[in-house]
Amino acid sequence: MNTRKALTEARLILIGIPVALWTLIPIYHMFLFALSSKQDAFSGELLPLHPTLNNFRIVFEEKHYFLIHFWRQLGNSLFIAITVGIITLVIAAAAAFSISRLKSRGGRLVMNCALFTYFIPAAFLAVPMYKAMGVYGLLNSQWALILAMITLASPYAIWVLKQASDKLPYELDEAARIDGATPLQLFRLVYVPLMVPSLVAIGTYALLLAWNEYLYAFLLLSNDKDITLAVALGHFLSADDSPWEVLMATGLIYALPPAAIYYVFRRYMVTGLTAGAVKS
Amino acid sequence: MSTLALPQIEPAAPSGPVRKRMSPWQTWGFILLAPYVVVFLVFVLYPVFYGLWLARHPQSYVDLVNDPIFFGSVINTLIFLIVAINLKMMVALFLSGFFIRTQPWIRWLSVLFILPWAVPSIPTILSVRFMLNPEWGIVNQVIFRISGADGPNWLNDRWLALSMAMAVHVWKSLPFWTMILIAGRLSIPGELYEASSVDGATGWQKFRFITWPSVQALYLTSLILSMIWTLGDFNSVYLLTGGGPADLTHVLATLGIRYLRLDQVDLSMATIVCALPLVLPLVYFMMKRLSK
Repeated sequence: MNTRKALTEARLILIGIPVALWTLIPIYHMFLFALSSKQDAFSGELLPLHPTLNNFRIVFEEKHYFLIHFWRQLGNSLFIAITVGIITLVIAAAAAFSISRLKSRGGRLVMNCALFTYFIPAAFLAVPMYKAMGVYGLLNSQWALILAMITLASPYAIWVLKQASDKLPYELDEAARIDGATPLQLFRLVYVPLMVPSLVAIGTYALLLAWNEYLYAFLLLSNDKDITLAVALGHFLSADDSPWEVLMATGLIYALPPAAIYYVFRRYMVTGLTAGAVKS
Repeated sequence: MSTLALPQIEPAAPSGPVRKRMSPWQTWGFILLAPYVVVFLVFVLYPVFYGLWLARHPQSYVDLVNDPIFFGSVINTLIFLIVAINLKMMVALFLSGFFIRTQPWIRWLSVLFILPWAVPSIPTILSVRFMLNPEWGIVNQVIFRISGADGPNWLNDRWLALSMAMAVHVWKSLPFWTMILIAGRLSIPGELYEASSVDGATGWQKFRFITWPSVQALYLTSLILSMIWTLGDFNSVYLLTGGGPADLTHVLATLGIRYLRLDQVDLSMATIVCALPLVLPLVYFMMKRLSK
């Protein structure tokens, strides 16, 4: 029996090693570049032989042509992500409450509209959205990106929140009604407190979606002082002699907050976001 | 503001011959629904119709079909959908079986495994791009050190570059689908497996007769959903190859944006309209499945 157990374990390790390598190599490569001087980065060494934080210093002191607005762009990314997270949360929670708890007429139609939006491939909606933003006179305003990201994030948000709120016992609402609660009180005092885990998951989802977005950001914003860090990273591609090691340092700084947020909220994220999917 | 004041009014007291007054609950239902409805009308419905209106000239489609890049993009998109997605979902199904095991080291690995999905795509895709650089990229340097021969010019050959773009796509989205399928597997009652073990079922039989029937529907839903999203995957191709070499690795998503950047909005919208026969059946299928 013991040899059989060892055999299974060996087989598992044979799966685990390729999985670990496949997952980590591109990320390790980022670290390798970010910690190397230009010379070392291009030498093909697999380990950082002379690790240096110089690239990070260049980024933080905005000491490169591509990075003169680094702090500002970091701030833009932060502002846009947080705004999208909050507004999406409010819109989606209100809609899900209305559809699921108040059983509003037309709620089903709205849910279907949201689902339909969710299923339009994002890159296809980008072109019409870009033209429409032009009509609204919002191009090159950060609000264009914020509104676009809210549009992209809220369908899934509504759907997940609706699934979660359908599970709350309906007797709670009845009890609140009998006690004379207004709809808003029901929302504020009963619904929101019970929904906290899903709300955290959805707020985080919307925030990360906005922080990570590249395509919409690069279409809707062009002024160097308004763009997000994602677009700024894309700018490095425009020159052949770009400082890739500095780019990787910037990329690492950009990738750190979402990774950290993800791990902090991991429990909420996984259960909140997969719950809807499993049900279908 | 009258609607806001409504909740205080006793709904039982009809004031005049109004057609069935809305109760405060219904009023609030509409008010709470309104923000999303506005977002949908202004940022989805209007843009979609405006876009379709821009795509109304038959000439755009003639121009599009005459552009050799278009035909190549359609082929690339189909390869992407059929090869990459099926491969990804099969691996995800396989790995979901691996990651539900309870050994501590597998738990730790699963935490790392999520990274590609948790980290934004731009820096990681660019990292892969540098790894594949033919002269100083780390992949070719390692190949040179091991074999003494020059490695391939990864991003300068159509099929090789497209394969790399598909690999990047799989790398990025595999964790998400694995997680979904793990959740699916965890919802299977454990007694089924215990009972089958008592009956002496092999691992394959357990998969074939317990796991697969239970996750089949979820697998299909995930497959379709992943196809729809992949149609809109702009980053994997654009950031890795930029559509190159010689615009040979474009997919419909990057082609549409390419025309937009070249100020050929008609062509851009026509490209998207041409993708609709691919998208709409998938969307219809998903809507039927999820709105039940």
